[in-house]
Amino acid sequence: MRAFVVAVFAFLYLPIALVVLFSFNAGHHASEFTGFSVQWYGKALSNPFLVEALKNSLFIATTSALLAAFCGTAAALGLQRVGARTRALSDALLGAAIVVPGVVIGISTLVALVQLFAVVNPFLAELWPTDQPPKLSLGYGSIIAAHGLFSMALVTMIVGTRLASLDRNLVEASSDLYATPLTTFRSIVLPQIMPAVIAGFLLAFTFSFDDFIIAFFVAGAQTTLPIYVFASIRRGVTPEINAIATIVLCASVLLVLLAQWQLGRRKPSP
Amino acid sequence: MRGSLFRKNLVTTLLLAPAALWLVVFLVLPFIAIAIFSVGERAPEGGYQAALTFAQYANLPARATAFWNTMVLAPIGALACLLVAYPVAYYLALRAPDRWRLILLALIVIPFWTSLLMRTYAWMYVLGGRGIPALLAYVGIEDLRLINTPGAVLLGIVYGYLPLMILPIYVSLERLDRRLLEASADLGATPLSTFLGVTLRLSLPGVMTGFSLVMILLLGEYLIPTLLGGGKVFFIGNALVDLFLQSRNWPFGSAIAITLVLVSVVVLIVANRISTRLSGARRVDLI
Repeated sequence: MRAFVVAVFAFLYLPIALVVLFSFNAGHHASEFTGFSVQWYGKALSNPFLVEALKNSLFIATTSALLAAFCGTAAALGLQRVGARTRALSDALLGAAIVVPGVVIGISTLVALVQLFAVVNPFLAELWPTDQPPKLSLGYGSIIAAHGLFSMALVTMIVGTRLASLDRNLVEASSDLYATPLTTFRSIVLPQIMPAVIAGFLLAFTFSFDDFIIAFFVAGAQTTLPIYVFASIRRGVTPEINAIATIVLCASVLLVLLAQWQLGRRKPSP
Repeated sequence: MRGSLFRKNLVTTLLLAPAALWLVVFLVLPFIAIAIFSVGERAPEGGYQAALTFAQYANLPARATAFWNTMVLAPIGALACLLVAYPVAYYLALRAPDRWRLILLALIVIPFWTSLLMRTYAWMYVLGGRGIPALLAYVGIEDLRLINTPGAVLLGIVYGYLPLMILPIYVSLERLDRRLLEASADLGATPLSTFLGVTLRLSLPGVMTGFSLVMILLLGEYLIPTLLGGGKVFFIGNALVDLFLQSRNWPFGSAIAITLVLVSVVVLIVANRISTRLSGARRVDLI
């Protein structure tokens, strides 16, 4: 059984290792390693389209993760104060937001937004005092909102789990000692859930930064890094893509490790 | 007293409002929108024209190949994932040395959170002309075609979704009460019958969770068949991208999407039934 487990780990990591190795290849050909070089990183980072896509992805991931961390934490706190029925309903909706395949989230958001814009834009044109009314269209906003849906549900679940294991005695002690609810929240609840909030933020960021399929539908004229990479992969495999893939993989690994470290921190003592 | 109750409700509402608004505007309303679209008609220039017809649903056989590929490869892929995942989860939960367990678990979680696009690309690279086929050419095996085959898609599926299968099985095995295993052995059961009667049985909820999650995500998969199937292995996801972004037949695409969601719901319900029926009562009382 041990040999099998070792083989599975090799299966998981060898292809990635190969991509990373060949991103440092001096030669053009992927079949033989002809020497160490970082030229493909230089090539990738001096490609203006790629840098633009990277910037877009960073902006979208940061914004949607921040929104998700804020709304998700608020929702997790709010859900502690509601009845069983509201809880069951929101659990079902949050579960759906996580489980429904990205393709379906992408197309349904696309359909709904295009329809909404078709109604709202003539209105704006009518009401706007000048000749150039703002025109709503797909782009940053729609990607952020669609990514935020999954991320918010994720944060709500992670923070909710942490809240459920919160030491109630501390909260009661705090209010027995005449702390206002706000003080109790700030000095008892918030420090204990903060690692979960940070972990949720990091995972939300990773999700948004890596997502291809949802953005593919709702990006409009914008390009994110995965959309750019997908388009170039279809044109052919080059060492430049290996370099981008290596950067993205390293970033994801760092963020996930950071998130796990945060989640493991300050576990409420038994 | 009333004032404070009012304030309490107000705070609760304010806390829940942003998330509720988000869920309604970007999950519930879009779903209603595609439901409405799916009974509509295609406008002459593409897009949507209001109607009330089931013509789109009646037209589903037009994409029979995509449905067939998905409905065959998704269960096979999920099953292959399960067969690889179970021994790994078992080892991690019951056999791994304590100091290794967390590290190994992290090594499973990391691929789960790294870009599926990049990980699929890695296999494109390995299976492509300059990868394994080039290596095999050295030892005399020429003209081997690995990429753009159903086998490559299956491999990509197992690779992509293995972590998602391992994690729930690991959780259910880790919660398993070890005393039950000892009791079974003490009562003279062979290791095999202990495994079948106790371990496997009690880990079924985890198995079914993993299986249904992987199945559902596979039903909507697009990247793996596109990159490793090279346009030869079409999934429902490919049909949806085509209908929404290329041929712009939104009502038909919506009907396919609604069908996909309904199939997912059926998968979830069946998986849930199986796990509650076969694993019996969720808690085992020892007294």
